[in-house]
Amino acid sequence: MRIILLLLGLLLGQTVVAADALPEDSVYQLRDNFTDQDGREFVLASRRGTPQLVAMFYTSCRYVCPLIIDSAKAVNHELGPDERAALRMLLISMDPVRDTPAVLRATADQRKLDSQRWTLAQTGKDSVRRVAALLGVRYRELNDGEFNHTSALVLLDADGRVLARTEQLGSKPDPAFMDQVHAALAKPGAKTMPDLSTKN
Amino acid sequence: MRLLPLALLMLPALGTAGGGYVGLPGGIYKSVLAYEDTGGNIPLAAFDLMRQPVTNAEFLEFVRRHPQWQRPNVPSVFAESRYLSHWAGAMELGSTALPDQPVVQVSWFAASAYCEADAARLPTWNEWEYAAAADETRRDARADPAWRTQILSWYSRPSNQALAQVGQSPANYYGVQDLHGLVWEWTEDYASMLVSADNRTQNEQDRLQFCGAGAIAMDDRENYAVLMRVALLSSMEGAHLTSNLGFRCARNVTGTTP
Repeated sequence: MRIILLLLGLLLGQTVVAADALPEDSVYQLRDNFTDQDGREFVLASRRGTPQLVAMFYTSCRYVCPLIIDSAKAVNHELGPDERAALRMLLISMDPVRDTPAVLRATADQRKLDSQRWTLAQTGKDSVRRVAALLGVRYRELNDGEFNHTSALVLLDADGRVLARTEQLGSKPDPAFMDQVHAALAKPGAKTMPDLSTKN
Repeated sequence: MRLLPLALLMLPALGTAGGGYVGLPGGIYKSVLAYEDTGGNIPLAAFDLMRQPVTNAEFLEFVRRHPQWQRPNVPSVFAESRYLSHWAGAMELGSTALPDQPVVQVSWFAASAYCEADAARLPTWNEWEYAAAADETRRDARADPAWRTQILSWYSRPSNQALAQVGQSPANYYGVQDLHGLVWEWTEDYASMLVSADNRTQNEQDRLQFCGAGAIAMDDRENYAVLMRVALLSSMEGAHLTSNLGFRCARNVTGTTP
Protein backbone atom coordinates (compact mmCIF):
# COMPACT_ATOMS: atom_id res chain seq x y z
CA MET A 1 0.00 0.00 0.00
CA ARG A 2 2.73 2.35 0.99
CA ILE A 3 4.65 1.61 -2.17
CA ILE A 4 1.57 2.19 -4.26
CA LEU A 5 1.00 5.52 -2.59
CA LEU A 6 4.60 6.44 -3.15
CA LEU A 7 4.38 5.59 -6.82
CA LEU A 8 1.21 7.59 -7.14
CA GLY A 9 2.93 10.44 -5.47
CA LEU A 10 5.70 10.33 -8.02
CA LEU A 11 3.12 10.46 -10.77
CA LEU A 12 1.60 13.57 -9.28
CA GLY A 13 1.87 16.44 -11.66
CA GLN A 14 2.66 14.47 -14.75
CA THR A 15 0.86 16.09 -17.56
CA VAL A 16 -1.48 14.08 -19.68
CA VAL A 17 -0.26 14.12 -23.26
CA ALA A 18 -1.79 13.83 -26.68
CA ALA A 19 -5.36 14.26 -27.84
CA ASP A 20 -7.13 14.10 -24.51
CA ALA A 21 -4.81 16.54 -22.78
CA LEU A 22 -6.45 18.10 -19.77
CA PRO A 23 -6.42 21.86 -19.36
CA GLU A 24 -3.49 22.81 -17.14
CA ASP A 25 -5.82 24.45 -14.66
CA SER A 26 -7.87 21.28 -14.23
CA VAL A 27 -8.17 19.70 -10.82
CA TYR A 28 -8.14 16.41 -12.75
CA GLN A 29 -4.38 16.85 -13.23
CA LEU A 30 -4.17 15.10 -9.88
CA ARG A 31 -3.32 11.47 -10.57
CA ASP A 32 -4.06 9.98 -7.17
CA ASN A 33 -6.32 6.97 -6.80
CA PHE A 34 -9.71 7.18 -5.14
CA THR A 35 -12.08 4.40 -4.09
CA ASP A 36 -15.84 4.83 -4.21
CA GLN A 37 -18.60 3.52 -1.94
CA ASP A 38 -18.71 0.30 -3.92
CA GLY A 39 -14.99 -0.33 -3.66
CA ARG A 40 -14.24 0.69 -7.25
CA GLU A 41 -10.99 2.54 -7.83
CA PHE A 42 -10.93 5.61 -10.02
CA VAL A 43 -8.87 8.66 -10.85
CA LEU A 44 -10.42 12.11 -10.97
CA ALA A 45 -9.84 12.41 -14.70
CA SER A 46 -12.25 9.52 -15.24
CA ARG A 47 -14.99 11.94 -14.23
CA ARG A 48 -14.43 14.13 -17.27
CA GLY A 49 -17.44 14.81 -19.41
CA THR A 50 -20.01 16.34 -17.07
CA PRO A 51 -19.90 19.14 -14.52
CA GLN A 52 -19.33 17.99 -10.96
CA LEU A 53 -20.21 19.32 -7.57
CA VAL A 54 -17.33 18.45 -5.24
CA ALA A 55 -17.00 18.75 -1.47
CA MET A 56 -14.86 17.30 1.29
CA PHE A 57 -16.37 15.81 4.43
CA TYR A 58 -16.06 12.95 6.88
CA THR A 59 -18.83 10.69 8.05
CA SER A 60 -18.25 10.77 11.79
CA CYS A 61 -18.56 14.55 11.87
CA ARG A 62 -21.45 15.62 14.05
CA TYR A 63 -21.70 19.26 13.12
CA VAL A 64 -21.12 20.72 9.71
CA CYS A 65 -20.67 17.60 7.58
CA PRO A 66 -24.31 16.52 7.56
CA LEU A 67 -24.88 20.08 6.42
CA ILE A 68 -22.46 19.59 3.52
CA ILE A 69 -24.56 16.75 2.16
CA ASP A 70 -27.70 18.76 2.86
CA SER A 71 -26.26 21.70 0.94
CA ALA A 72 -25.35 19.56 -2.05
CA LYS A 73 -28.86 18.11 -1.96
CA ALA A 74 -30.28 21.63 -1.80
CA VAL A 75 -28.41 22.56 -4.98
CA ASN A 76 -29.90 19.51 -6.66
CA HIS A 77 -33.33 20.39 -5.40
CA GLU A 78 -33.27 23.67 -7.32
CA LEU A 79 -32.39 22.00 -10.59
CA GLY A 80 -34.79 20.93 -13.30
CA PRO A 81 -34.88 17.21 -14.19
CA ASP A 82 -32.58 17.60 -17.20
CA GLU A 83 -30.12 19.65 -15.24
CA ARG A 84 -30.16 17.21 -12.36
CA ALA A 85 -29.46 14.32 -14.67
CA ALA A 86 -26.38 16.10 -16.01
CA LEU A 87 -24.73 16.98 -12.69
CA ARG A 88 -22.68 14.51 -10.69
CA MET A 89 -21.69 14.82 -7.06
CA LEU A 90 -18.35 13.85 -5.58
CA LEU A 91 -17.88 13.85 -1.80
CA ILE A 92 -14.31 13.15 -0.76
CA SER A 93 -13.61 12.00 2.77
CA MET A 94 -10.76 13.64 4.67
CA ASP A 95 -10.73 10.67 7.09
CA PRO A 96 -9.17 7.77 5.19
CA VAL A 97 -8.83 5.67 8.32
CA ARG A 98 -12.47 5.48 9.30
CA ASP A 99 -14.26 6.23 6.05
CA THR A 100 -13.80 2.91 4.32
CA PRO A 101 -15.92 2.10 1.27
CA ALA A 102 -18.30 0.14 3.53
CA VAL A 103 -18.78 3.16 5.80
CA LEU A 104 -19.28 5.41 2.78
CA ARG A 105 -21.80 2.95 1.34
CA ALA A 106 -23.73 2.99 4.62
CA THR A 107 -23.74 6.80 4.62
CA ALA A 108 -24.93 6.90 1.01
CA ASP A 109 -27.76 4.53 1.89
CA GLN A 110 -28.68 6.36 5.04
CA ARG A 111 -28.76 9.71 3.27
CA LYS A 112 -30.56 8.17 0.26
CA LEU A 113 -27.92 9.23 -2.25
CA ASP A 114 -28.40 7.77 -5.72
CA SER A 115 -25.15 6.02 -6.62
CA GLN A 116 -25.62 6.79 -10.29
CA ARG A 117 -24.99 10.43 -9.50
CA TRP A 118 -23.34 10.54 -6.08
CA THR A 119 -19.85 9.25 -5.43
CA LEU A 120 -18.48 9.12 -1.90
CA ALA A 121 -14.76 8.58 -2.08
CA GLN A 122 -11.88 7.49 0.10
CA THR A 123 -8.30 8.29 -0.75
CA GLY A 124 -4.92 8.14 1.00
CA LYS A 125 -3.78 10.59 3.61
CA ASP A 126 -1.31 12.29 1.26
CA SER A 127 -3.82 12.62 -1.54
CA VAL A 128 -6.42 13.99 0.88
CA ARG A 129 -3.91 16.76 1.50
CA ARG A 130 -3.35 17.30 -2.21
CA VAL A 131 -6.98 17.32 -3.23
CA ALA A 132 -7.81 19.65 -0.34
CA ALA A 133 -5.10 22.00 -1.57
CA LEU A 134 -6.58 21.93 -5.07
CA LEU A 135 -10.07 22.64 -3.78
CA GLY A 136 -8.93 25.31 -1.31
CA VAL A 137 -10.20 23.33 1.69
CA ARG A 138 -8.24 23.79 4.91
CA TYR A 139 -8.38 21.16 7.61
CA ARG A 140 -6.64 19.85 10.68
CA GLU A 141 -7.00 16.51 12.39
CA LEU A 142 -7.80 16.85 16.08
CA ASN A 143 -6.52 14.72 18.92
CA ASP A 144 -9.82 12.87 19.17
CA GLY A 145 -9.89 11.95 15.47
CA GLU A 146 -12.34 14.67 14.52
CA PHE A 147 -11.35 17.34 12.04
CA ASN A 148 -11.45 21.08 11.91
CA HIS A 149 -12.09 22.09 8.36
CA THR A 150 -13.45 24.76 6.11
CA SER A 151 -16.54 23.71 4.20
CA ALA A 152 -16.98 24.44 0.55
CA LEU A 153 -19.01 23.31 -2.38
CA VAL A 154 -16.91 23.49 -5.52
CA LEU A 155 -18.36 23.42 -9.03
CA LEU A 156 -16.11 21.88 -11.69
CA ASP A 157 -16.71 22.08 -15.42
CA ALA A 158 -16.65 19.00 -17.62
CA ASP A 159 -12.85 19.17 -17.75
CA GLY A 160 -12.35 19.59 -14.02
CA ARG A 161 -11.74 23.34 -13.94
CA VAL A 162 -13.09 25.21 -10.95
CA LEU A 163 -16.02 27.32 -12.12
CA ALA A 164 -17.32 28.47 -8.75
CA ARG A 165 -17.15 27.74 -5.07
CA THR A 166 -19.22 28.69 -2.09
CA GLU A 167 -18.76 28.41 1.64
CA GLN A 168 -22.36 29.37 2.21
CA LEU A 169 -24.00 26.19 3.39
CA GLY A 170 -27.56 25.36 4.29
CA SER A 171 -30.89 24.40 2.83
CA LYS A 172 -31.06 27.62 0.79
CA PRO A 173 -28.25 27.54 -1.79
CA ASP A 174 -26.03 30.53 -2.40
CA PRO A 175 -27.85 32.33 -5.29
CA ALA A 176 -24.65 33.41 -7.06
CA PHE A 177 -23.38 29.83 -6.89
CA MET A 178 -26.71 28.51 -8.19
CA ASP A 179 -26.44 30.83 -11.20
CA GLN A 180 -23.08 29.27 -12.01
CA VAL A 181 -24.50 25.76 -11.67
CA HIS A 182 -27.35 26.57 -14.05
CA ALA A 183 -24.93 28.15 -16.50
CA ALA A 184 -22.59 25.16 -16.42
CA LEU A 185 -25.45 22.77 -17.06
CA ALA A 186 -26.82 24.87 -19.89
CA LYS A 187 -23.68 24.35 -21.95
CA PRO A 188 -24.16 22.18 -25.02
CA GLY A 189 -22.94 18.65 -24.51
CA ALA A 190 -23.43 18.77 -20.78
CA LYS A 191 -26.91 17.28 -20.95
CA THR A 192 -26.07 13.62 -21.08
CA MET A 193 -24.40 11.37 -18.58
CA PRO A 194 -21.38 9.39 -19.69
CA ASP A 195 -21.62 5.63 -19.59
CA LEU A 196 -20.88 4.75 -15.99
CA SER A 197 -19.61 1.30 -16.91
CA THR A 198 -16.48 2.94 -18.30
CA LYS A 199 -15.92 4.80 -15.07
CA ASN A 200 -12.78 2.92 -14.20
CA MET B 1 21.42 13.23 23.26
CA ARG B 2 23.74 16.20 23.34
CA LEU B 3 26.54 14.38 21.59
CA LEU B 4 24.72 13.71 18.36
CA PRO B 5 24.20 17.29 17.25
CA LEU B 6 27.73 18.17 18.31
CA ALA B 7 29.12 15.33 16.25
CA LEU B 8 27.16 16.55 13.27
CA LEU B 9 28.42 20.05 13.75
CA MET B 10 31.92 18.79 13.31
CA LEU B 11 31.21 17.24 9.93
CA PRO B 12 32.74 19.17 7.07
CA ALA B 13 30.42 21.28 4.99
CA LEU B 14 29.12 19.32 2.02
CA GLY B 15 28.70 22.19 -0.43
CA THR B 16 25.51 22.06 -2.42
CA ALA B 17 24.63 18.70 -0.87
CA GLY B 18 23.36 20.86 1.96
CA GLY B 19 24.63 18.69 4.74
CA GLY B 20 21.74 16.24 4.53
CA TYR B 21 19.54 15.47 7.49
CA VAL B 22 20.07 15.68 11.22
CA GLY B 23 18.11 13.75 13.81
CA LEU B 24 15.92 15.58 16.32
CA PRO B 25 14.75 13.82 19.47
CA GLY B 26 11.06 13.57 20.20
CA GLY B 27 9.42 15.28 23.13
CA ILE B 28 6.54 17.43 24.26
CA TYR B 29 6.79 21.10 23.51
CA LYS B 30 4.61 24.13 23.82
CA SER B 31 3.46 25.44 20.48
CA VAL B 32 2.75 29.09 19.93
CA LEU B 33 -0.57 27.92 18.48
CA ALA B 34 -2.98 26.93 21.21
CA TYR B 35 -5.69 24.79 19.69
CA GLU B 36 -8.66 23.90 21.83
CA ASP B 37 -7.89 20.19 21.68
CA THR B 38 -4.15 20.39 22.37
CA GLY B 39 -3.91 23.29 24.77
CA GLY B 40 -0.67 24.00 22.95
CA ASN B 41 1.20 20.97 24.31
CA ILE B 42 2.37 18.98 21.33
CA PRO B 43 3.88 15.51 21.59
CA LEU B 44 6.35 14.91 18.78
CA ALA B 45 8.06 11.70 17.68
CA ALA B 46 11.74 11.85 16.84
CA PHE B 47 12.30 12.94 13.23
CA ASP B 48 15.04 13.87 10.81
CA LEU B 49 15.20 17.36 9.35
CA MET B 50 17.31 18.80 6.55
CA ARG B 51 20.15 20.78 7.97
CA GLN B 52 19.65 23.54 5.42
CA PRO B 53 16.92 24.66 3.05
CA VAL B 54 16.91 23.06 -0.40
CA THR B 55 19.10 25.05 -2.80
CA ASN B 56 18.69 26.05 -6.43
CA ALA B 57 21.35 23.52 -7.41
CA GLU B 58 19.54 20.74 -5.60
CA PHE B 59 16.21 21.69 -7.11
CA LEU B 60 17.77 21.86 -10.57
CA GLU B 61 18.97 18.29 -10.13
CA PHE B 62 15.46 17.32 -9.06
CA VAL B 63 13.80 18.80 -12.14
CA ARG B 64 16.45 17.15 -14.31
CA ARG B 65 15.37 13.78 -12.94
CA HIS B 66 11.67 14.63 -12.84
CA PRO B 67 10.88 16.53 -16.03
CA GLN B 68 7.25 16.92 -15.05
CA TRP B 69 8.48 19.54 -12.57
CA GLN B 70 10.39 21.58 -15.15
CA ARG B 71 8.89 25.02 -15.55
CA PRO B 72 7.14 24.51 -18.91
CA ASN B 73 5.65 21.18 -17.84
CA VAL B 74 3.97 22.09 -14.57
CA PRO B 75 0.19 22.56 -14.86
CA SER B 76 -1.03 25.79 -13.33
CA VAL B 77 -3.10 23.91 -10.75
CA PHE B 78 0.19 22.81 -9.17
CA ALA B 79 2.15 26.04 -9.44
CA GLU B 80 1.46 29.62 -10.45
CA SER B 81 2.99 30.85 -13.66
CA ARG B 82 5.87 32.54 -11.80
CA TYR B 83 7.13 29.10 -10.73
CA LEU B 84 10.97 29.24 -10.84
CA SER B 85 10.70 32.34 -13.02
CA HIS B 86 13.90 33.75 -11.47
CA TRP B 87 15.86 30.96 -13.14
CA ALA B 88 17.44 31.81 -16.50
CA GLY B 89 15.65 28.86 -18.13
CA ALA B 90 13.83 25.65 -17.41
CA MET B 91 17.17 23.90 -16.91
CA GLU B 92 19.45 26.85 -16.25
CA LEU B 93 19.93 28.84 -13.06
CA GLY B 94 21.67 31.96 -14.38
CA SER B 95 22.89 34.98 -12.49
CA THR B 96 19.74 35.63 -10.47
CA ALA B 97 19.59 32.13 -9.02
CA LEU B 98 22.95 31.08 -7.61
CA PRO B 99 23.50 27.39 -6.93
CA ASP B 100 23.83 27.75 -3.16
CA GLN B 101 20.96 30.14 -2.65
CA PRO B 102 17.81 28.57 -1.25
CA VAL B 103 15.31 27.73 -3.97
CA VAL B 104 12.25 29.98 -3.84
CA GLN B 105 9.21 30.53 -6.06
CA VAL B 106 8.24 26.91 -5.57
CA SER B 107 4.70 25.85 -4.78
CA TRP B 108 3.68 23.48 -2.01
CA PHE B 109 2.98 20.84 -4.64
CA ALA B 110 6.49 21.18 -6.08
CA ALA B 111 8.14 21.23 -2.67
CA SER B 112 6.18 18.15 -1.62
CA ALA B 113 7.19 16.34 -4.80
CA TYR B 114 10.85 17.17 -4.19
CA CYS B 115 10.70 15.70 -0.72
CA GLU B 116 8.84 12.59 -1.89
CA ALA B 117 11.55 12.01 -4.47
CA ASP B 118 14.01 12.14 -1.59
CA ALA B 119 11.99 9.50 0.32
CA ALA B 120 10.98 12.30 2.66
CA ARG B 121 8.16 14.77 3.21
CA LEU B 122 7.78 18.38 4.21
CA PRO B 123 8.02 18.91 7.97
CA THR B 124 4.79 19.50 9.83
CA TRP B 125 4.29 22.94 11.29
CA ASN B 126 4.88 21.47 14.75
CA GLU B 127 8.18 19.93 13.71
CA TRP B 128 9.31 23.15 12.11
CA GLU B 129 8.34 25.27 15.10
CA TYR B 130 9.97 22.80 17.49
CA ALA B 131 13.25 22.87 15.57
CA ALA B 132 13.11 26.64 15.24
CA ALA B 133 12.61 27.17 18.97
CA ALA B 134 16.28 26.34 19.58
CA ASP B 135 19.20 28.70 19.57
CA GLU B 136 22.81 27.63 19.41
CA THR B 137 22.91 26.20 22.92
CA ARG B 138 19.33 25.70 24.10
CA ARG B 139 16.49 23.52 22.87
CA ASP B 140 14.01 26.25 23.68
CA ALA B 141 15.28 29.81 23.62
CA ARG B 142 11.93 31.40 22.94
CA ALA B 143 11.53 33.02 26.32
CA ASP B 144 14.81 34.91 25.93
CA PRO B 145 14.10 38.52 24.87
CA ALA B 146 17.57 38.88 23.37
CA TRP B 147 16.98 35.91 21.09
CA ARG B 148 13.63 37.27 20.01
CA THR B 149 15.13 40.62 19.23
CA GLN B 150 17.85 39.00 17.16
CA ILE B 151 15.32 37.08 15.10
CA LEU B 152 13.16 40.12 14.57
CA SER B 153 16.17 42.08 13.35
CA TRP B 154 16.66 39.44 10.66
CA TYR B 155 13.08 39.80 9.55
CA SER B 156 13.36 43.56 9.39
CA ARG B 157 15.89 43.37 6.58
CA PRO B 158 14.49 44.54 3.24
CA SER B 159 13.15 41.64 1.23
CA ASN B 160 14.37 43.00 -2.08
CA GLN B 161 17.98 42.15 -1.30
CA ALA B 162 19.45 39.07 -2.91
CA LEU B 163 19.08 35.98 -0.76
CA ALA B 164 22.18 34.80 1.05
CA GLN B 165 23.59 31.36 0.42
CA VAL B 166 22.37 28.59 2.68
CA GLY B 167 24.52 27.55 5.63
CA GLN B 168 25.77 31.02 6.57
CA SER B 169 24.05 31.13 9.93
CA PRO B 170 25.31 29.24 12.97
CA ALA B 171 23.83 25.79 13.51
CA ASN B 172 21.27 25.59 16.27
CA TYR B 173 21.25 23.14 19.18
CA TYR B 174 20.18 20.32 16.86
CA GLY B 175 22.62 21.23 14.10
CA VAL B 176 19.95 22.84 11.92
CA GLN B 177 20.70 26.09 10.08
CA ASP B 178 18.77 28.92 8.48
CA LEU B 179 15.45 28.34 10.22
CA HIS B 180 15.34 32.08 10.82
CA GLY B 181 16.62 34.94 8.78
CA LEU B 182 16.85 33.46 5.30
CA VAL B 183 13.54 32.34 3.77
CA TRP B 184 10.01 31.41 4.75
CA GLU B 185 9.44 27.68 4.53
CA TRP B 186 6.56 25.50 3.44
CA THR B 187 5.18 22.96 5.86
CA GLU B 188 3.31 19.80 4.94
CA ASP B 189 0.22 21.00 6.79
CA TYR B 190 0.28 24.68 5.82
CA ALA B 191 -3.46 24.29 5.15
CA SER B 192 -4.17 23.22 8.72
CA MET B 193 -3.87 26.76 9.98
CA LEU B 194 -7.47 27.73 10.26
CA VAL B 195 -6.88 31.40 10.71
CA SER B 196 -9.52 33.12 8.66
CA ALA B 197 -9.19 36.76 7.82
CA ASP B 198 -12.07 37.68 10.06
CA ASN B 199 -12.01 35.09 12.81
CA ARG B 200 -11.51 37.75 15.43
CA THR B 201 -15.26 38.03 15.29
CA GLN B 202 -16.75 34.58 15.61
CA ASN B 203 -20.04 35.27 13.90
CA GLU B 204 -22.50 32.70 12.62
CA GLN B 205 -20.79 32.36 9.27
CA ASP B 206 -17.48 31.47 10.91
CA ARG B 207 -19.07 28.85 13.07
CA LEU B 208 -20.59 27.24 10.01
CA GLN B 209 -17.36 27.45 8.13
CA PHE B 210 -15.36 25.47 10.66
CA CYS B 211 -16.48 21.97 11.51
CA GLY B 212 -15.78 20.78 15.04
CA ALA B 213 -13.83 22.64 17.67
CA GLY B 214 -13.06 26.29 17.20
CA ALA B 215 -10.16 28.05 15.61
CA ILE B 216 -6.75 28.60 17.12
CA ALA B 217 -5.57 31.16 19.57
CA MET B 218 -2.12 32.65 19.56
CA ASP B 219 -0.73 31.50 22.87
CA ASP B 220 2.44 33.52 22.78
CA ARG B 221 1.70 36.97 21.48
CA GLU B 222 5.27 38.12 21.96
CA ASN B 223 6.67 35.60 19.53
CA TYR B 224 6.16 37.80 16.49
CA ALA B 225 8.69 36.01 14.35
CA VAL B 226 6.77 32.75 14.52
CA LEU B 227 3.41 34.45 14.29
CA MET B 228 4.48 36.08 11.04
CA ARG B 229 5.14 32.61 9.64
CA VAL B 230 1.72 31.47 10.76
CA ALA B 231 0.13 34.47 9.10
CA LEU B 232 2.02 33.84 5.88
CA LEU B 233 1.29 30.12 5.68
CA SER B 234 -2.35 30.56 6.58
CA SER B 235 -2.75 32.90 3.62
CA MET B 236 -1.21 30.53 1.07
CA GLU B 237 -2.79 28.05 -1.33
CA GLY B 238 -0.99 24.97 -2.62
CA ALA B 239 -0.13 26.46 -6.00
CA HIS B 240 1.03 29.78 -4.59
CA LEU B 241 4.64 30.86 -4.41
CA THR B 242 6.65 33.88 -3.39
CA SER B 243 10.15 35.16 -3.98
CA ASN B 244 11.21 34.33 -0.42
CA LEU B 245 9.31 31.13 0.31
CA GLY B 246 11.42 27.97 0.13
CA PHE B 247 11.42 24.66 1.97
CA ARG B 248 13.37 21.86 3.55
CA CYS B 249 12.35 18.21 3.94
CA ALA B 250 11.85 15.94 6.94
CA ARG B 251 11.72 12.20 7.46
CA ASN B 252 10.18 9.89 9.97
CA VAL B 253 12.71 8.01 12.02
CA THR B 254 12.35 4.29 11.42
CA GLY B 255 10.31 2.61 14.11
CA THR B 256 8.45 5.71 15.23
CA THR B 257 5.12 7.05 14.15
CA PRO B 258 4.65 10.70 13.29
